[in-house]
Amino acid sequence: MTDRPKLAVWKFASCDGCQLSLLDCEDELLDVVGAIDLAYFPEATRDEIEGPYDLSLVEGSVTTPHDAARIHEVRGVSKAVVTIGACATAGGVQSLKNWANVDDFISIVYAEPDYIDSLETSTPISDHIDVDYELRGCPINKYQLLEVVAAFLQKRTPNISAHSVCVDCKLRGTACVMVGQGMPCLGPVTHAGCGALCPAYNRGCYGCYGPAETVNMASLGSWWQDLGVADDDLVRALRTFNGYAPEFREASEVYEH
Amino acid sequence: MTGQVLERETFGHLFAELNKMGFTLIGPTVRDKTIVYDELHSVDELPIGWTDEQDGGSYRLRRRDDEALFGYVVGSQSWKKYLFPPRSVLFEIGKVGDALTFSEPERSSQPRAFIGVRACELAAIKIQDQVFLGSGHVDRTYQHNREEIFTVAVNCAVAGGTCFCVSMETGPECNAGYDLVVTEVIDEGIHEFVIEAGSDAGQKVLAALPGRPAVDEDQAHVAAIVADTAAHMGRTLNTSSVREVLYAGRESTHWDDVAEVCLACTNCTLVCPTCFCSTTEDVASLDGSTATRSRRWDSCFSLEFSALHGSPVRSSTKARYRQWMTHKLAGWQDQFGSSGCVGCGRCITWCPVGIDITKTTAAIRADSEVLG
Repeated sequence: MTDRPKLAVWKFASCDGCQLSLLDCEDELLDVVGAIDLAYFPEATRDEIEGPYDLSLVEGSVTTPHDAARIHEVRGVSKAVVTIGACATAGGVQSLKNWANVDDFISIVYAEPDYIDSLETSTPISDHIDVDYELRGCPINKYQLLEVVAAFLQKRTPNISAHSVCVDCKLRGTACVMVGQGMPCLGPVTHAGCGALCPAYNRGCYGCYGPAETVNMASLGSWWQDLGVADDDLVRALRTFNGYAPEFREASEVYEH
Repeated sequence: MTGQVLERETFGHLFAELNKMGFTLIGPTVRDKTIVYDELHSVDELPIGWTDEQDGGSYRLRRRDDEALFGYVVGSQSWKKYLFPPRSVLFEIGKVGDALTFSEPERSSQPRAFIGVRACELAAIKIQDQVFLGSGHVDRTYQHNREEIFTVAVNCAVAGGTCFCVSMETGPECNAGYDLVVTEVIDEGIHEFVIEAGSDAGQKVLAALPGRPAVDEDQAHVAAIVADTAAHMGRTLNTSSVREVLYAGRESTHWDDVAEVCLACTNCTLVCPTCFCSTTEDVASLDGSTATRSRRWDSCFSLEFSALHGSPVRSSTKARYRQWMTHKLAGWQDQFGSSGCVGCGRCITWCPVGIDITKTTAAIRADSEVLG
C-alpha cells in the first residue's frame, strides 16, 4: 500500500478502446504509475486493491439491468467519477437501438435469445449517477486522458475546450474541407479533442467527439443539403458515435421521415 | 526609385538572391486543393497557372489559361500564422523542493522572406503591429517574429469574388510596408515582372537582379493592372460613418437573422488576418515538477472566451456575432485608431455557411436608417 491516489477503471457496454488509451500512453506510463496506484484495472493487471477509490474512470454505456445497478455500486466506492468516451458520455454507437425495437435485433442476432437480458435503451452514465467530469471521444484522446488525470491529481480544471473542431483545423493549418472541397463536414458542430484528424487527411469530420458547446445543426444541415446530402445520410451522419447526445439526437430526428 | 523588369526566365534570381542573403523563403503554394503559405525552395513551388474562385462559403482552385505565378488572391491562411503563431510557449516553470524557476523560451534568429504579400495583407500586418507593438504593451513573441523579415509584396492582377479592399482603402495597390513590390505582367507573348523597391534593403536586392530598367510603358502596365483589379472587386462595403451605424444598430433585428445561420464555429475569426485574441493554457507534468504556460489562438465565438466568474458573458450566438463585427468595424476605431477590417474577404469565403460581413453591414445600415 502507498499513499498514492487509487485509480479504478470500470467497463460497461463498450469496446475497451477508451480504457486501453491509458495503456497506449507508452512514454508516459511510468509517470502515471509513479503518480497513482492502478488499484482496479483488469485490462492491465489481475491485482486488485480494495476501494474506496480516489478516481474512477468509467467506460461504456448502460444497456442491461445488471449494469444499471452496478453503476451505483461504482459511484458508491468512488470519490470522483470521470466518464470516458462516446459510450459513457452519450450512449455510444449501440444507442442506435434507442430508435429501434430491441426484441427484433435479439431475435435476428442470437441463436438462444433466452439468455439475453437487455434494456430497451443504451444510455450515458450521467443518466444514472452524478458524474464529476465527462471526457468525450470515440475513442478518447490519450493526451486528454492524461490531462484529466493530472488535473485531478493537482486539483485543477482540465485544459479541455468544448469549442468546435474548426478551431483545431485552424491551429494545425488545415484549410476548411467543406469550403475548399465541398465535403460535408460535422466539424462546425463537433466538440474538439481529436486535433482535427480527419480534415487533415482530406475527409470531413465524423463527429466522434459529439456536440460542441454551440450546435446550430439546422444551419449546417441546410448547407449539407445544398452540397447534395440526402436527409437519410444526414440522419446516419448524426447517429454514428454520439447519436444519442441530445443535440445530435434532436437534429437527427428533424431529418428522419 | 527606378524599377527593374525581370523576364519570367530570370525571376528565379530573386529567390536565389534572397537565399544567398540567408533568408528562408515563405510564400504561396498549393496544398490540399487550396493555396497555403509554406516554405518555398524554388519558383516552381508557387501555384503556377492556378487561380481561385471565391464566394460566400466556397473556394475552388481553377486552372488559368496561362502560367501566371501570382494569378490568384488570398487563401484561408495569412501571415498571421508566422507573426502571431497559433500556439507559442510563454514560459516554463520548474519546481525543485519549494523553489520555483521561471524561464522564457530561447528566441533564435530566423531571417525570413515573405513572398507574395498582398496589399490587404500589408495593411493587416500594419494593424497587428499597432495591436501588439504600438498600444502601450509590447508583445515579445510578436516582436521577435516581426524581426528580420524581408517582404516581397505583389500587386494583385485579379480580384477575388469576396475581395473588397477598395472599400477598405487597403488595396489592390501596395503603397508601403514592403521591401520589394512585384507586378506580374502577362500580355501578348510577354511574361515579365515589374519590380520596385520600397526600402534600402529592397534596393540592394533589386540592384543584384539581372533585369532591365523599367520605363514609362512598364509603369503604365502596372497602373492599368491595378486599376483593372480595383474595378473588379467581388464585394463592396460602405464605410461611411460605419462606426456610428453599427453602434446605433445594436438592437437591429438583423443580428437575430445572422445568429440563425451562424455556427459560432470561429472560422471567421481564425482566418481573419487582424483578429488577435488568444487564451493561455497551463500544462503541468503528472508529478507537478514542471509546467508550461502557452498561448493559443482563441475566438470571441467560443463560450470560454467571455467566461467570467463561471459563466460566459456572451452566451448567445447573436451576442457573439454582434461583438465580433461591431468590434472589427467600429470599436476597433476607438481602440486602435483604424478599422480592424482590411477587405480581404476571408471571413466571407471561409465561413462554412457563407455569412457575409458586407451584407450584414448593409442590412444593419438599412435598419439604422429606418430607426433613425
